[in-house]
Amino acid sequence: MKKVLLTAASLAGITAIFLVACNKDPQGRTADAKQLNPTDIDADAGTWKPILLTAPDEFPLAAPIATTAPDYVLQVSEIKSLQAEITADEQAIVDYWSAGGILRWNEILRDLVAKHNLPPYQDEDGSYPFPNAANPLAYPLFPFANPPYAARAYAYVSAAQYDALVAAWHYKGQYNRTAVYRVDSTIKVLVPKSTLPSYPSEDAVIAGAAVEMLKLLFPGDQDYIMAKAAEHKLSRLIAGANVRSELEAGEALGKAVASKFLTRARGDRAGAAAGNQAGWTKLETDCVARGETPWFSLEFPKRPPMLPVYGKVKAFLFDSLTAVSLRPGPPPSVHSEQMKKETEEIAAYVKNPTRENIRITHFWADGVGTFTPPGHWDAIAAEDFITKNFSEVRWARNMALVNMSLMDAGIVCWDTKYFYFNPRPSQMDKGIKTLTGVPNFPAYISGHSTFSGAAATILGHIIPERKAAYDAMALEASKSRMVSGIHFRSDCEKGIEVGNNIGNYAIQRALNDGAE
Amino acid sequence: MACIACGIGLTSVAQTDIDGIMMEKNAFCVGPMYTHSSWRDYWEGTLKRENLNLGRVSTQMYSVMGNYGITRKLNLLFNVPYVRTRASEGTLHPMDGLQDLSLFLKYKALQHKMGDGRLTVFAIGGVSAPLTDYPADFLPLSIGMQSKTASVRAMVDYQQGNLFATASGTYTFRDDIEIDRTSYYTTEMHYTNKVKMYDMTNVNVRAGFRNQRLIAEAIFSQSNSLGGFDITRNNMPFPSNKMNTTSVGVNVKYVLPPLPQLSIVAGGSQVIAGRNVGMATTVYGSLFYVFDFSRKTKSVEPSNNTN
Repeated sequence: MKKVLLTAASLAGITAIFLVACNKDPQGRTADAKQLNPTDIDADAGTWKPILLTAPDEFPLAAPIATTAPDYVLQVSEIKSLQAEITADEQAIVDYWSAGGILRWNEILRDLVAKHNLPPYQDEDGSYPFPNAANPLAYPLFPFANPPYAARAYAYVSAAQYDALVAAWHYKGQYNRTAVYRVDSTIKVLVPKSTLPSYPSEDAVIAGAAVEMLKLLFPGDQDYIMAKAAEHKLSRLIAGANVRSELEAGEALGKAVASKFLTRARGDRAGAAAGNQAGWTKLETDCVARGETPWFSLEFPKRPPMLPVYGKVKAFLFDSLTAVSLRPGPPPSVHSEQMKKETEEIAAYVKNPTRENIRITHFWADGVGTFTPPGHWDAIAAEDFITKNFSEVRWARNMALVNMSLMDAGIVCWDTKYFYFNPRPSQMDKGIKTLTGVPNFPAYISGHSTFSGAAATILGHIIPERKAAYDAMALEASKSRMVSGIHFRSDCEKGIEVGNNIGNYAIQRALNDGAE
Repeated sequence: MACIACGIGLTSVAQTDIDGIMMEKNAFCVGPMYTHSSWRDYWEGTLKRENLNLGRVSTQMYSVMGNYGITRKLNLLFNVPYVRTRASEGTLHPMDGLQDLSLFLKYKALQHKMGDGRLTVFAIGGVSAPLTDYPADFLPLSIGMQSKTASVRAMVDYQQGNLFATASGTYTFRDDIEIDRTSYYTTEMHYTNKVKMYDMTNVNVRAGFRNQRLIAEAIFSQSNSLGGFDITRNNMPFPSNKMNTTSVGVNVKYVLPPLPQLSIVAGGSQVIAGRNVGMATTVYGSLFYVFDFSRKTKSVEPSNNTN
């Protein structure tokens, strides 16, 4: 019997070892992204057209100290002492950040959005509290990073980083500072060497712009953001890529350029996007006056509609009159035969959902607790940009084009939603049960479709060989909202169309910004 | 919050892999079982709350369980459940489907007289794997967790007269799962569709009356995830949440006097404490029939019985 026991015990042991070995933490797709080694340093990017800056030298940057100055020599010594003993943690920091500053800050922003994308819990009396930017750490935490909020955050950070890098490239050309590893060849270089002038540090420019924008957008997460920025700058010292004064100049320039975007953000009307009770009531009465059925919240207790005045936010790619002109015509009347057919179509989809329809629903849902649909398109873009070996300034330019498209898509989409105030399928037919949560705002037009149509269009311009793939993704994202029971066909088809139109504005900008 | 279904599968099965009963050699006990479990309150992290957008979340399970006596010391057990979930309020779609196949080998390792009673030690090993590609990432309405598991259990049973007590400890290894999303947030972003599932432990203690005809017992069960994160405020649950459950219950098995092959099992349990799980009330009922293959072969075909 002892033999049997022994056999059983060893079998159990082998199973245990096997399972433990297989159960490592799953590795993320970009965790070990290769070091950024641009095929083209885009030496002329100082002449590219900025978004808000009137000129690349709108914010002055003093000339760097001479490489023979005692202070410079001290800064070289600082690198050498850091490099005397590089720990595994320090090497990991270098590996992480050397994949690209724009990539990593975009990922950090997605992280913050996902953390903050949580609708507030109701108060005892059934009303909902609103986050307060002045007290971001009190419940409900500020912000509630819902899709419009997120789209705007991605756009501002990307756009500020782009303008800051255009300025940086201008000064790189002007001062033509040699990299420290060419000044002192005994310095180890842990990142790809570049012929790009090293003053100001593009990494510090990126970090400085991000820190400044994120102070406004995520004021309760300053410690985390500051720690990331410090790590980013440190990575450049450990890597032997920049001396401290190049980092300091870069950070200051990034912050200065970002200040211009902060001013814009404070005045872009997003602060008033939540509206008030009088406005919410008016949306209903106006809809009734048109002879239609107004949208109502399907949550218990009923939640005020999400950011009903977001459609008035100032867009990046066009003026407010153009934004209104991009609003599509009305959805089918709720009393029409067409709407009856569309409701039946959605009811049929969710009656016995296929596994594939559940899969695409969940793949594209990007709901509560996620980085939102704009974040999903940023992830898609970033993972493709990694393969392209863009310079940091081209990374920033492309991310800005994508994110301005997404933000402006959100603006036109939200304007349309509240202009028509149309019900969701589950409001029209209580029997429609959904494969994901029903968003708390009107149906027409679909946010996912508009975001996706816009992102796919500009991405297809940036990476033409992937155009068909992006369009297919956008259509799948759009379709996922129908088969999951939360949108009508009209919402989705019109959403894609409007999104494509917005993406075309980004293409027009791309054709004229000097980068192509 | 939702792992009601797998909770039942792994920890509080009315019969068999976690009790002190063995099948005789070549005897096969099989039967259908119905389980109904539901909750209105749940723990969001450690905060007990309700969710008006879910109302009462219920899980119904229709399973077939069986136990075959390979020898009188070694039994093979299986369980195949079909699961349906629904929420009484809100718009979320109900789910249903075949869940996970569980297999256990139960080995009666030692038996000793001790005082006036009898002490028995069991070693049990189990595996489970999903039978279908149901979505795990739709909590609290997912029908299961999709994780392949392997478990090892040590169990001690003591019987004196008609009174008994059984105690067991189980360690369950859980394999990573794949979800339909290619990124998700726990306490940080993950850019993968793979989700690390932490291993689990369970302690199960049961005691009561047991004779040939009747078993009536009270059960205490404590299950813990050895990792995972709490549901954040007003967020949805996720498969790798830390899910801990403390429950108490009763279980009765009665063998019908006119038909001793047939037994009726019924019971129920209540979750009394937890973390990221529903405060579930569970009831179940089952019929088991014992087929004895050894007798049949003996009587019908003597020539087959040469060894």
